[in-house]
Amino acid sequence: MSAALLEVSGLTRRFGGLVAVDDMSLALAPGEILGLLGPNGSGKSTVLNLISGALSPDRGSIRLHGHEIASTAPHRIARLGVARTFQLVRVLASLNCRENVLAGLAFGRDRLWGHAAEQRADELLARVGLAGRANTATTELTYIDQKRLELARALALDPQLLLLDEWLAGLNPTELRQGIALVRSLRGEGMTILLVEHVMDAIRSLCDRCVVMNAGRKIAEGSPDAVLADAEVIRAYLGDDDA
Amino acid sequence: MKPLLMLAAGAIAVAILATVPLYANGYQLSLAITLLNYTVLATAWTLFSGPTRYVSLATVAFFGIGAYTVAVLAERMAWPWILLIALAVGVAVALIVGLSTLRLSDVYFVIFTFGLAELIRQIVTWYEVNVTRTLGRYIFVGIDAADIYWQLLALAVLVFAAGILIRRSRLGLALRVIGDDETVARHIGINTTIAKVALFALSAAFMTLCGAVMAPRWTYIDPAIAFNPVISFQVLIMALLGGVHRLYGPLFGVVPLVLLFEFLLARFPNHFSILVGLAFMLIVYAIPQGIVGFVERLLRRKGAAA
Amino acid sequence: MFTAALTSGLVLGGMYALIAMGLTLQYGVARIMNLAHGELMIAAAFAALWLFTSAAVNPLLGLLIIVPAAFAISGTIYRLLLTPLVRRAPNRDALEVDSILATFGMLFVIQGIMLVMFGGAYFSYSFLAFPVTIAGATVAANRLLALAFAAVIGLALYLYLTRTRLGTAVRAVAVDPQSAPLVAIDVRATAALAFAFGGALVAAAGVLVSMFLTFNANIGVVFTMKALIVVIMGGVGNLLGCLVAGLILGLAETFVATFVDPGLTLATTYALFLIILLVRPQGLFGTASR
Repeated sequence: MSAALLEVSGLTRRFGGLVAVDDMSLALAPGEILGLLGPNGSGKSTVLNLISGALSPDRGSIRLHGHEIASTAPHRIARLGVARTFQLVRVLASLNCRENVLAGLAFGRDRLWGHAAEQRADELLARVGLAGRANTATTELTYIDQKRLELARALALDPQLLLLDEWLAGLNPTELRQGIALVRSLRGEGMTILLVEHVMDAIRSLCDRCVVMNAGRKIAEGSPDAVLADAEVIRAYLGDDDA
Repeated sequence: MKPLLMLAAGAIAVAILATVPLYANGYQLSLAITLLNYTVLATAWTLFSGPTRYVSLATVAFFGIGAYTVAVLAERMAWPWILLIALAVGVAVALIVGLSTLRLSDVYFVIFTFGLAELIRQIVTWYEVNVTRTLGRYIFVGIDAADIYWQLLALAVLVFAAGILIRRSRLGLALRVIGDDETVARHIGINTTIAKVALFALSAAFMTLCGAVMAPRWTYIDPAIAFNPVISFQVLIMALLGGVHRLYGPLFGVVPLVLLFEFLLARFPNHFSILVGLAFMLIVYAIPQGIVGFVERLLRRKGAAA
Repeated sequence: MFTAALTSGLVLGGMYALIAMGLTLQYGVARIMNLAHGELMIAAAFAALWLFTSAAVNPLLGLLIIVPAAFAISGTIYRLLLTPLVRRAPNRDALEVDSILATFGMLFVIQGIMLVMFGGAYFSYSFLAFPVTIAGATVAANRLLALAFAAVIGLALYLYLTRTRLGTAVRAVAVDPQSAPLVAIDVRATAALAFAFGGALVAAAGVLVSMFLTFNANIGVVFTMKALIVVIMGGVGNLLGCLVAGLILGLAETFVATFVDPGLTLATTYALFLIILLVRPQGLFGTASR
């Protein structure tokens, strides 16, 4: 298990009386795509927020390459190589597309700046399908393009671990196909990805393994087909109609 | 080529401005000093509050620290040492305030700065009454109006130079990201606390020096004069009127408002506060983007129509 | 000396609590950070003074005139001056900044008007200023009366907010402005109501304070400042928090003034504020939000 890139164990976080995450454990091997599933309010986003440092856990450990990162400030975790996108897309509105990516490059692991950074920013924009849009204002971007830009900004950190919070949600079928292809190509480059997702097509075609949460606890773990057929998962998550 | 041209134009403008004390009469020089004073203060304010969108109401706290340090130390040591000590005190206070409030939400910061000048004024008054048993000090230093003018001009050049350098630096980008979305800023590796505190301290440093340089204008100084809250208010409205999205924005607020205040204070001294308040509300309601933002938007609309 | 400090601390704290309750309604529900709050309070104090000295109206009767007037004026200010800001603000943060700026302007206008009418001098009047002895301490009757009225007003507000339909709507908007419309609450009307109530509360506090404190046209800012600190200490939108934090602040100030130095009261206020910010930024009674 020491080969794991990310190892979460016994993670617990309360909000007042509500236990949002309860004794969660999961591990990601390098180059793996893990899907984190569960009904709304089951604590998936809280897990992401704990890993990325937005929240501190009440108990439990989060290890990146064996180093404890629980309760570390988010900017330090980002510099260690953990990048994320947000459930509700967050682009930097007063910056143009290139500057959005430059912001990721300037403060991430590489700390790129100047001409080299601009070149790299344009490459990353092309990588996510925004070639030639460097000087476009973010307010002029469509929803999918804003999501692309957010991904480019996350990639600018040169992450070892990418946390995608419902990055594929709200896309139309064509956009979804492009999105899935984009994420798969990232895996081809050896990136490790933790994916919070509801879109079943995406889960089946992308994830090596899935972890399913309900009410803050892990209720199943295994291959996508196996967990989606699991009786408890069906009861908790899919309901009788979808099964 | 273009930056060089701008630099040359700036240098020529400064050289021309530097000659003003040679031919201006007393009233003109005094007006020029007021203009430069508010240019430095409003630009320093914008340096921090423009990109981060944190509204600071503490300008006079630092201005007053500078002025009062001079009042205490005048005649005891050489002028550069006095400036240096004032600077150190101002930056130390800024660091304390920044570290304790800027980690939290922006409203805490606004509220804290809202009363900071009043707090410092009360502490200084208490100290003077109980420890030194003198309230009010006379300043006798061999510094005349022309000297003050040149020092302020130098300070103005420094503020603009700092602003341009920051704008082109990593720190400048960090601040713009923070202004847009602080959560994103943290998650892309920006240490937001350090960025904000560093800039707040820099902005406070300029305000403190400005107060120190201006102190010899008054021959008599007491805490109520040094920490007059109207100064914070005027700086804020000048910066907002001009526009805080550009470094040169506040200039467009400083010039018309300094002239307007001169006029109002001369004609309606008793109603000054009401009129200034109304002018302020007019700006907030009618041109929230400031003059520069307003003109830029007009130009853009024109460009789109053409 | 101890009991004397204790009683006057409680009286002062009660006033702070009342002022802060007004502000917490305005900020917690209407999302308006009202920097002119203290100015309205001082205006009410001047109104009480004027009624008492020139029309011989007892300040307690004055409450019946001044408080409804303040309610109407605050409601009008919200409708005319603040609604445009609410409409144009894209989000809550933008509204906060805009309201801070707009009410900062109002502060100077109201203060300027009072300066023109009354000048910068300190005022006070003598109403029920005879001493009363309770529990071995001597207190002026007007102070005790002010405290009693503050308690009654605070209790009435609390019952109104917890026991009535309209009061429940106000609390619902404070907790979740996005979901309130889903249960047929008119958020804008509720915000206007809360803002007007805030004005009425601070005006009541102004009348009560005028019975036993000297005041001048410039002093409103200090009360705004203290009210803001009490609101943050108690947790935004929390009336019970206001009460406790107000009393803590009143007692701390009075004890420092009595046993250390009267010149250090504001420093005490700030010290408390800083400690709260550093230790419990969500307020004494707030819970960490998600």
